[in-house]
Amino acid sequence: MTYIDFLLQNIHHVYIGIILICTASAIVGCFTFLRKRALLGDTIAHASLPGVCIGFIISGTKHPVYITLGAFSTGLLSAYLVDYIVNKSKLKSDVALGIVLSIGFSVGILLLTSIQHSNNAAQSGLDGFIFGKVASLLQSDVMIMAGIAIAVIVITILFMKEFVLISFDPSFAKSIGLPYEKIEFLLTAITVLTIVIGIQTIGVVLMAALLITPSAIARFWTDRLSKMIFIAIVASIFCGIMGAYLSSQIPNLPTGPSIVMFLSIVALLSFVFSPNKGIVYKYLLKAKNNQKILEENILKTIYQLGEANKRFDAYFTKKDILEKKIFQNFQLNKGLKQLKNKGYLIQSDESWKLSKEGKIKGQRITRLHRLWEIYLTQFLHLSPDHVHDDAETIEHLITPEIEDKLTELLGYPKVDPHQMEIPYKD
Amino acid sequence: MQPLYIIILGSLIASCCALLGCFLLLRKMTMLGDAIAHAVLPGIVISYIVSGERDHTAMLIGATVAGLLTTFSIEFLSKKIKLQQDAATGVMFTGFFAIGVILISLFANKIDLDQDCVLYGEIGYLGLYNDAFIPIEIWRMLIILGLIITFIVLGYRQLLMTTFDLAFASSVGIMGALWQYLLMGFVSLTTVASFESVGSILVVSFLIIPPAAAYLITHSLQRMLIYACLIGIIGAISGYYLAVFLDSAIAAAMSVACGVELILIFIYVKLWKERVLSKAVY
Amino acid sequence: MIQQHTEAPILEVHDLTVSYNKKPVLWGIDFTIPKGVMVGIIGPNGAGKSTLIKTIMGLIPISSGFVKIFEEAIDKVRLRVSYVPQRESVDWDFPTNAIDIVLMGRYHKIGLFKSPRKADIDAAMEALEQVKMTEFAQRQISQLSGGQQQRVFLARAIAQDADIYFMDEPFAGVDAATEQTIIELLQKMVQKGKTVIVVHHDLQSVKKYFDWLLLLNMHLVASGPTKNVFTDELLQKTYGGKLSLLSKVGDLLKQHEFPHRE
Repeated sequence: MTYIDFLLQNIHHVYIGIILICTASAIVGCFTFLRKRALLGDTIAHASLPGVCIGFIISGTKHPVYITLGAFSTGLLSAYLVDYIVNKSKLKSDVALGIVLSIGFSVGILLLTSIQHSNNAAQSGLDGFIFGKVASLLQSDVMIMAGIAIAVIVITILFMKEFVLISFDPSFAKSIGLPYEKIEFLLTAITVLTIVIGIQTIGVVLMAALLITPSAIARFWTDRLSKMIFIAIVASIFCGIMGAYLSSQIPNLPTGPSIVMFLSIVALLSFVFSPNKGIVYKYLLKAKNNQKILEENILKTIYQLGEANKRFDAYFTKKDILEKKIFQNFQLNKGLKQLKNKGYLIQSDESWKLSKEGKIKGQRITRLHRLWEIYLTQFLHLSPDHVHDDAETIEHLITPEIEDKLTELLGYPKVDPHQMEIPYKD
Repeated sequence: MQPLYIIILGSLIASCCALLGCFLLLRKMTMLGDAIAHAVLPGIVISYIVSGERDHTAMLIGATVAGLLTTFSIEFLSKKIKLQQDAATGVMFTGFFAIGVILISLFANKIDLDQDCVLYGEIGYLGLYNDAFIPIEIWRMLIILGLIITFIVLGYRQLLMTTFDLAFASSVGIMGALWQYLLMGFVSLTTVASFESVGSILVVSFLIIPPAAAYLITHSLQRMLIYACLIGIIGAISGYYLAVFLDSAIAAAMSVACGVELILIFIYVKLWKERVLSKAVY
Repeated sequence: MIQQHTEAPILEVHDLTVSYNKKPVLWGIDFTIPKGVMVGIIGPNGAGKSTLIKTIMGLIPISSGFVKIFEEAIDKVRLRVSYVPQRESVDWDFPTNAIDIVLMGRYHKIGLFKSPRKADIDAAMEALEQVKMTEFAQRQISQLSGGQQQRVFLARAIAQDADIYFMDEPFAGVDAATEQTIIELLQKMVQKGKTVIVVHHDLQSVKKYFDWLLLLNMHLVASGPTKNVFTDELLQKTYGGKLSLLSKVGDLLKQHEFPHRE
């Protein structure tokens, strides 16, 4: 069965519910991520458990309206309690989060186990809120969840600009007269709402993952907010569906943890493979840098050998090169071969000379080295015997644009601090 | 005898967690403690599956490794890959915990751990299946408490200095990272040893709440450590009777009792402080 | 430029480059400091002043170059070196009192796994007396004013009984009386042959306070006796903005994750 078949055959209210919840939590999660309040989501989720129980105790049923209302009230209360503790005592925000989380959750478990031991037949399944209970979702549950999720999505779209402002620059948002408290309340309220519908699928313990992980994944693929939200939604929906599908196929596999596992795997893959930020990219960048440094150093060395002999068309052996600059033998062999293949060097037996392009490049590196040495002595006031090592690095890095500025700033100098002539382009 | 054993074990765990929690609080690493308490789960389950029985040595080792791994990976994510600290913590511990829960569910027939036990433990069954005069769990916790007290007494100055002023401590040659990992190692060890009895909720509560309450009422670190232990022990005792009264999970009740203590202390501090302030003004 | 090197320096910083996230924040810093002088490190915000002393203390890794104190690596001479971090760098709500902070200065004299003896407590009280804080010894640190907190930090440094002192903005946010107390103490220490190196902000008091200056703005603009170095021209160079080419190249290093040394 292909994946498409699976999708078509199982389009089912559960999946619709999951898609909507994943979308809402990914959007809201991006804002909690950007406001560096990722762990507040964890606290709200844990603290909505007592609300679930209170809703049940008051109404005597598991009707989703009461449960949702109960969870929403204690969830919202917890968000404000955290702020209250931070403002009114010397406790810092991490402790405040921890206090509200652990007390809220313990009260929830206390009530839950107390209800369970009361032999009330209606209670069975309430503990599904701890680790989620996708399979037992009723159509009526999904209708309410879907309604709330759509409301959250619509509100976010309508107030996108305001949310972005208070997330990035609260003081600026206040200074331009935005009703900061009201917008913040709205954002907190939709965060709580999202968590409240999320805990029915994924459970209070792991709800934080549905908020944090998609935005953390997205952050590794883009720097732009709109793209970040989009990627977070896609990743979240993908993992939601995969997790739910897998748990429907494997007996005993709980849905919530299964979704979180997929999210964690995608996160791990993103940390390793994402462009610009991933570990692999950084490793490749390092290899590329080393390659560039090696090749340019060889060209520069041969150029300077030619300079010393006043003949740039002469052939030089490996021994000549090694006398001028230290290379590891296998590195030198590799570099020489690659430079020959790229057309920068011409080989004859066991000796090499610069091609026309090779000479231009070797000359450029030599020129940049000497210009940078002058810059360091003139502008950083370093003594001439201290500038060589620094220039050894910077020569590989200077762009043509910076080179122009540098030459202009230095006034087209003729010689470097060691009285070596600066080779300009012919 | 059983209620007494439960109260003793609860108090021992409360003391271990409260002592370590004080340092976590002062280092602003409370949520890292929470993360470790969750993340040791796969370590416990895997050593369970591998050793095929409740081999406590294997579990202690496996879970302590998992705890240190969490600390290390959060640090790696935030320092080397530049993911902000709170998000790194959230991503790591939910992932670890999810894997733990999944393993428990999949190997449910092979191991006698279940999801409820993960959350609120089996302290209620303490000593029921064991003929020993004093249950082994109590001995184990007693040893760990002894280790923690030794650690804090011997390393008091290093812990104090690296916690208060890491830059100065490093400038006189104290290795900050060493003490950091020692502390996290003890947090993992305590979490694992208490896990089966009280589950993750109570471990997290004992790590956070008693130190926070003690922090509000004292200006001395030594007194803070002692008060935190006392608050934890009072919570354990009153929590037990609360659980009997409500017929609910013992671990959750102990945790709620600590919470009530914290709220009372908070109110006391507010009222007392305001009275002192108003006296100072007039 | 003006860069006076000294015979038999007590501190030698040689061609020091320090990077943060691969981007150099200090380039090729090179200077020496003689024994028994009061040194001010002067420069605009973000010039790398704190970074420089943290690097000297071995708290930040070096990209290239080296530091020698008493002609040794820092790890061999920590007992003779004292460091006073910025007051804002710690949490003053910490549950401890003034004398406990000062006793931290006696760390090595107390010894591993031992508690402070009477001699240590006497030394700590003596240090507190020098900063005129005797009556506050048992006071919880959050109940001290900013100036008093700074004095406690200074007392901790005095208790270390070192030969060379590094202080990160000891005059930031303190009252005039505290500033006076601190500067008199520092000057007394210098008269006893100690060397004191201070990160300083207030240009008004530079001539009055310091014998020797380092002018810093990501690179060393000048170093030497105050009378030679404290000139309009050099100050203009120090405070006249960053070198734009240097920042650009720094950004390139970061962007390409280039190693600072091959």
